Amino acid sequence: MPADAHITPKERIAKDLAAVPRKPGAAKPDSIIVADNVTRRFGGMTAVDVHHLEIQRGAITALIGPNGAGKTTLFNLLTGFDKPNSGEWSFDGKEVSRMSAAKVARAGMVRTFQLTKALSRMTVLENMRLGATDQSGEGLLRSLVPPLWRTREAEITAQATELLERFKLDTKAADFAGSLSGGQRKLLEMARALMTKPTMVMLDEPMAGVNPALTQSLLGHIQDLRDEGMTVLFVEHDMHMVRHISDWVVVMAEGRVVAEGPPATIMQDEAVVDAYLGAHHETDLGDDSLLDDEVLVELEAEAEAEEHRTQEDA
Amino acid sequence: MDWTRILTNVVGEIFAPATAAYALAAIGLNVHFGMTGLINMGQAGFMLMGAYGYAIATMNGWPVWMAVIAALTAAAVFAVILGIPTLSLRGDYLAIVTIAAAEIARLTVRSSSLTAVTGGNSGISGNDFKGSFQNACPLPDGSWSLGPFQYSNCLSNSWWLRIVAWSLVVIAIVLVWRWMRSPWGRVLKGIREDEDAVRSLGKNVYGYKMQALVLGGLFGALGGMIYVLPSAVQADALGRTLTFNVWTILLLGGAATVFGPLLGSILMWTVLMFIKSTLRDLPFDIVSSTQAEAFSWVLVGVTLMLLVIFRPQGILGDRKEVAIDAR
Repeated sequence: MPADAHITPKERIAKDLAAVPRKPGAAKPDSIIVADNVTRRFGGMTAVDVHHLEIQRGAITALIGPNGAGKTTLFNLLTGFDKPNSGEWSFDGKEVSRMSAAKVARAGMVRTFQLTKALSRMTVLENMRLGATDQSGEGLLRSLVPPLWRTREAEITAQATELLERFKLDTKAADFAGSLSGGQRKLLEMARALMTKPTMVMLDEPMAGVNPALTQSLLGHIQDLRDEGMTVLFVEHDMHMVRHISDWVVVMAEGRVVAEGPPATIMQDEAVVDAYLGAHHETDLGDDSLLDDEVLVELEAEAEAEEHRTQEDA
Repeated sequence: MDWTRILTNVVGEIFAPATAAYALAAIGLNVHFGMTGLINMGQAGFMLMGAYGYAIATMNGWPVWMAVIAALTAAAVFAVILGIPTLSLRGDYLAIVTIAAAEIARLTVRSSSLTAVTGGNSGISGNDFKGSFQNACPLPDGSWSLGPFQYSNCLSNSWWLRIVAWSLVVIAIVLVWRWMRSPWGRVLKGIREDEDAVRSLGKNVYGYKMQALVLGGLFGALGGMIYVLPSAVQADALGRTLTFNVWTILLLGGAATVFGPLLGSILMWTVLMFIKSTLRDLPFDIVSSTQAEAFSWVLVGVTLMLLVIFRPQGILGDRKEVAIDAR
């Protein structure tokens, strides 16, 4: 697109998404993930109940919501780490629901974890090499014949070194991953995920436990992914970060997608305020009886009575 | 005290077939535990499959190579049956299932209803299955002595068995060395550290764990065959104690190292022999030879405890690696 060459990827994506309606389950101009009727129940609790969700290709989409909203569960479902009770979704045009986690990763959707999974007793470089694909030396018998895989191993090492330099971990290449700081482990995990040359990167709370000095560089790396054409979906609590880097925000509450929209305006959405502040969140906001003085008095009395009960219990 | 005799006994242990057998079993366990993180508490079960598989096949007139294949197949099948239900679960389940399965296997082969096949309680006596292996011996008849060590060339506890046993150990060590430094070994190591991380990178974790379980089981079966060839096949000699000894050897030498199992096996048997011989030779009669035997096993238990507490990485292990895990 030579006409668009002068605008940044962020601006281009903002333009693409401008016409998308700000409502849950809105259709996107170019969706990489299309999910329908995804539910996951744990006993009687419905953790995820998403009717329709589309993720725009090439954009950074943030998945936010209060604790227990089902964000990580949805993440686990999409990446094959958990099995849904019902529902279908496709990734890049391929049906991937109920596929094993390894197959989903091979299809090009790679994830990181909320609690970083650096392989501590392996060196940083070995961590990186493990992420590489198409290494025939990973076969039981072929591994015994180094000439069969040495060439590929050299390519992998070059790729790993390049990524480590980009993530400023090159000086740590020979150290055990377990000796890295929390933030460096996050960087390593992200770099390792990139070794698989994914089309989509799923980051589960990339900022959790990262010291402020590294936050900026992590943010930069995530934006670089988008600028290289990868799709990013991330779960995050830090609203500053969400506003700063995401192109689109999906808000979940109690397992459902309650709102969608661009980061600048999403926090003004009534459903979002409701989800986060939670005042009478089970009552329909359209219920006029709430505005009635009598009902208000009744509710107050109820609240008071409840308070008394709690005090007595204590 | 006859120090020459004690020393001869001790040095003899260094290259005894049993030492090689334990080394092979520990190499197998190292593939399970050291390389992949699988906690196999039933290595004796794999050794039993090898020992009985080989003995029964030979007794039915199969040539040596076919009997070996039969033994390895039995161990592989055993591994697959154990692996299918447990490898997708958390690690501890495998530990429980393997120890139970090894016991089931032992109780099955010693049951009286199977006496016609396995010899039941009394097992299979050496002369019933050693023939074909001894006939395959390329050495001349008679015996040969190397310094104070005199053994038959081909019969029972022979030079021939020592050559075969230690060749197998060398081959196994070379293979494991190659595997540990290969991309395949790297995937196993990743699984040992965190299998979800490896899964998230697109590797079929279940398949790799199954390969490791079968492979380690095959080394165990080889160890089992060597273990019974100098003497006889006896189900109760292939029980839990055997498993725990193999674990002690692995932890002593150092899990996840190439030479750990070999060093552990040699060290454990020479030290045991030294204690036994010394106690037996004491000028005053404090302990009988049965007590000496029992006492040396007490020491094995104490050693295992001290090891896990003070040097969990074993003799050859890397202190740094263990320290990281402890954080």
